Amino acid sequence: MRYLPKSDSERRAMLDVIGVESVEDLFAHLPEAVRLKRPLDLPEGISEYEIVEYFRARAAENANGYAYFLGAGSYFHFRPVLVDTVVSRGEFLTSYTPYQAEISQGTLTTIFEFQTMICQLTGMDVANASMYDGSTAMAEAAMMAVRATGRGRVLAARSVHPEYRAVLKTYSESQGMPVEEFGYVPEAGTIDLEDLDRKIDDLTAAVIVQSPNFFGIVDQVRQAAEIAHRRGALLIVVFSEAVSLGLLAPPAEADIVAGELQSFAIAPSYGGPYAGVIATREKFVRQLPGRLVGQTVDTRGNRAFCLTLATREQHIRREKATSNICTNQALLALMASVFMTVYGKKGLRELAEQNLAKAHYLAGLFRPRFCGKFFNEFVVKAEGKKPDDINKALLKKKIVGGLPLGRFYPELADSMLLCATEVSHRADMDAVAEAFQ
Amino acid sequence: MYPQNFRYTKEHEWVRVDGDIGTIGITDHAQQELGDIVYVDLPKVGTKVTQGATAGSVESVKAVSDIYAPVSGDVTEINSTLADAPEKLNSDPHGDAWLIKIKLSAPAEMAKLLSADEYQKYIEAEK
Repeated sequence: MRYLPKSDSERRAMLDVIGVESVEDLFAHLPEAVRLKRPLDLPEGISEYEIVEYFRARAAENANGYAYFLGAGSYFHFRPVLVDTVVSRGEFLTSYTPYQAEISQGTLTTIFEFQTMICQLTGMDVANASMYDGSTAMAEAAMMAVRATGRGRVLAARSVHPEYRAVLKTYSESQGMPVEEFGYVPEAGTIDLEDLDRKIDDLTAAVIVQSPNFFGIVDQVRQAAEIAHRRGALLIVVFSEAVSLGLLAPPAEADIVAGELQSFAIAPSYGGPYAGVIATREKFVRQLPGRLVGQTVDTRGNRAFCLTLATREQHIRREKATSNICTNQALLALMASVFMTVYGKKGLRELAEQNLAKAHYLAGLFRPRFCGKFFNEFVVKAEGKKPDDINKALLKKKIVGGLPLGRFYPELADSMLLCATEVSHRADMDAVAEAFQ
Repeated sequence: MYPQNFRYTKEHEWVRVDGDIGTIGITDHAQQELGDIVYVDLPKVGTKVTQGATAGSVESVKAVSDIYAPVSGDVTEINSTLADAPEKLNSDPHGDAWLIKIKLSAPAEMAKLLSADEYQKYIEAEK
């Protein structure tokens, strides 16, 4: 199915068939008060020459040729060339929701493969066809836990990405789902298990932890699972750096895994669009929001794929749907699928090892603030300098520095979150360390 | 077809009362309309249900439908055999495939429900 815009004559022909004068007449049943009585406030159309100029100028604003040490949820990794070759194919680029299995086997196959690879990476039984991004996947996971447990309260670690927690708060306000937070250990940067144990109660539906957490530290998933399960709550494990899954054990103790796949060949693109993922145990499959592709057989007994368990979705169950998400990020999930296929299990492990090695080289030039084990991000104190000033100095050397943490953690206002990946060069890393001197 | 000792709702549930315990199920008409039933979601024992309010759902290959409690009370038992064999709802909706049992808290509500003959007429008129 391709997307082709309609011409004026085609619009005229369609209007004639249904017997109305203009497109505007189609809205005549709406009350006058809610109708816009002027054209949309958009600039006039411009020529192809002008539009190419416009985008060239915008592209020139990109920080090309810079080194990046900024992670915090959006990571600078190499994007294999094959990714764009595959996703640029018209069959993928312009296709719409694959409702009709008869004509959508290609798209459905890629989504099924995506779900399979996500299950292998996360150690879960079932994954959906993708979510908008990591933050919305986490919020949906929390609502899933509320439905599955019949309880209402959610406990999120402060070491979960602050913007993910902000999205969770937005969702919770209209869901009547109180969200509270528990702290981290100031020395280790890992979750404060005592604080969790103190705050969890029999009304708690879910405990949310991130690993590697926002400070880059591999967190205590197993211990969090023990505490959550002892009180009948579900454990949601969140990740924002998918490459870490190439090396770290899958969060198999989790009941739900929610994460962000930007690291898998999705360009940072000024914050989006990205692709989220949600995976869970088979017993919770009916609480899983969004699209799900299943394997079946056609009338001739051939292996085939189709959307499954769609009866709980919004277009069928209206206001009683499992979730108001009724779509997925098919094209971006496909980027992630091609990425995972290009690297393979061994390649992903090697990629993760390179990230680990480079980040630990960089960290070796500092004394990291937290003593917990980290993957490719870590927190450093800017002794005697302001993190923002260090970044300003680095920018002059064509280096994008780390994230000053004061914006999200007032107690860490003197600190910066640094990230190194497989594309970080030694000379740039040395320059970053020098800027802190 | 529709047992005389049951009472029925316009949402296609039935209830049979023995003493103060009401057994609740969906009607043969409901299972026919739904088609192949693949999953049943029932409330936990001890849940309070209210006449006319949702007390679970039944999922077929084409839709998920809520079950509305025909009478109010506390759930005392659920038919756990349906978890592994939801298709029983298609084969024996008035017998083995009952859904929940409740201890009635307002038996007078029974008067609002339909008799077998009234229900039969109602579904014929709906067709």
